[in-house]
Amino acid sequence: MGSRKDHQRRETAMHVREKPKFGESEITPKSAWLDRRSLMRGAAGLAAVGLLPATARRASAARYSTDAPPTAYEYVTTYNNFYEFGTGKSDPAKHAGQLTTSPWSVVIDGMVARPGTYALEDLVGPRTVEERIYRLRCVEGWSMVIPWLGVPLAGVLKRAEPAPGAKYVAFETLVRPAEMPGQSGIFQVLDWPYVEGLRLDEAMHPLTILATGLYGEPLPNQNGAPVRLVVPWKYGYKSIKSIVRITLTEKQPPTTWNIQNPREYGFYSNVNPEVDHPRWSQATERVIGGSLLSPQRDTEMFNGYAGEVAGLYAGMDLRKFH
Amino acid sequence: MRDWLNTALRRLPVWPFYWLGALPAAWYFWNGLQGRLGADPVKALEHEYGLIALQFLIAALCVTPLREIAGINLLRFRRMLGLMAFSYACLHLAVWLGLDRQFDWPRIVADLTKRPYIILGMAAFLMLVPLAWTSRDAALRRMGPVAWRRLHRLAYPATALAAIHFVWLVKAWPPEPLLYAAGVAALLGWRALRGRRRRARRPALG
Repeated sequence: MGSRKDHQRRETAMHVREKPKFGESEITPKSAWLDRRSLMRGAAGLAAVGLLPATARRASAARYSTDAPPTAYEYVTTYNNFYEFGTGKSDPAKHAGQLTTSPWSVVIDGMVARPGTYALEDLVGPRTVEERIYRLRCVEGWSMVIPWLGVPLAGVLKRAEPAPGAKYVAFETLVRPAEMPGQSGIFQVLDWPYVEGLRLDEAMHPLTILATGLYGEPLPNQNGAPVRLVVPWKYGYKSIKSIVRITLTEKQPPTTWNIQNPREYGFYSNVNPEVDHPRWSQATERVIGGSLLSPQRDTEMFNGYAGEVAGLYAGMDLRKFH
Repeated sequence: MRDWLNTALRRLPVWPFYWLGALPAAWYFWNGLQGRLGADPVKALEHEYGLIALQFLIAALCVTPLREIAGINLLRFRRMLGLMAFSYACLHLAVWLGLDRQFDWPRIVADLTKRPYIILGMAAFLMLVPLAWTSRDAALRRMGPVAWRRLHRLAYPATALAAIHFVWLVKAWPPEPLLYAAGVAALLGWRALRGRRRRARRPALG
């Protein structure tokens, strides 16, 4: 326990040391998240010292961020679905500490003009990282609000230059049974690697990010370190963790939960209170961090991002393409 | 050793076990009120009560094989085990109705008609009601042992449904509910085999 904390702290220190130009105030300290006003002060401070690009980024980030209070760091980092480390909610926090996340590279291939193996630092330039406070809705009926650090996926994909015929983006998680206990043993719950996919226009949407941190820190391993997808208007399982490959394709790629149970989990998996999971209702959600008596929250269409993303699905039957 | 154990078990009073059995219920509820059940306390409380109900059901089903295979007699404790199972099933249901569904009756009715795992869970609960109702000695005397025993065979389908309810509500196939289901299948399978052996031995009695 203590050693993991130390390890994490070391990582944080490294993160800061390696990227000296990453101004300290650019990443809001954890405590400040509890107070939105101090966040605003931070932004004002940046403007005052003339870090205009950062301020611009902050403004764009604020445009996409929710005002809802973030879920406690403790819950964000101890209540996880990351079946590579076990099926229990606390398994990832228990077992992910041993995962080696540095060095890390991501293969970008398929229908791109510039395929290759990219070092993570080249892919997600630390200086371009933005803060995005997003809602997360799990298909199991609970939700969180998480302050991510990341970059729009669009920029990453553009650098690889998608070919004109590319229509989908496929993602793949690391397979490393030696460090991921859920990938070995008798009970293999899913087929590995975990795979996910988006339509290219979904992947290029400004809300879609590759996250490398949360709460102003590098991503804890249990949250998908060192780099994960975050697509806030889809159920959480679409936001694939610990990504090692991004492939642009012409055909709709296979996705893990859809393979596991095609009737229950579709390719799109947009949050939709009107389309029930076959075994449970999706109309409401339990807000993580609440008490025994907290009222549930009504789940919103596209998880509250309808204004930004509904246009992507104009004319589609969302019951059929669930 | 076995005789010593059985003698000790005979001397052990049953009533303290009702209080001991109630402790986890109070413990989890208290921790829930104190915010110590983690990120999703309603789910945690609901899950714990349901799991304990299933564990008591399984314990009650173990009484007969323990006696016949190992010679350990826990018959005096079986009613307590069954009533504890029923009590935890009541708590599980109450948490679902009050804290999970928050008395939203249209949704509760929708769940009870549309969701197979909830229908199974409710069916298991309803099967336990007449068993709890007829748990007293007076009921046994009134019904007569044959009818009483026949009625109380409802414990078998109730436990089977409870185990399936558990398997059916989770995503994918995690080990825990499958292990419980395997245990229940073994206990019921043992009874089925025993019944067949007995019938083969005493064909005249049918």
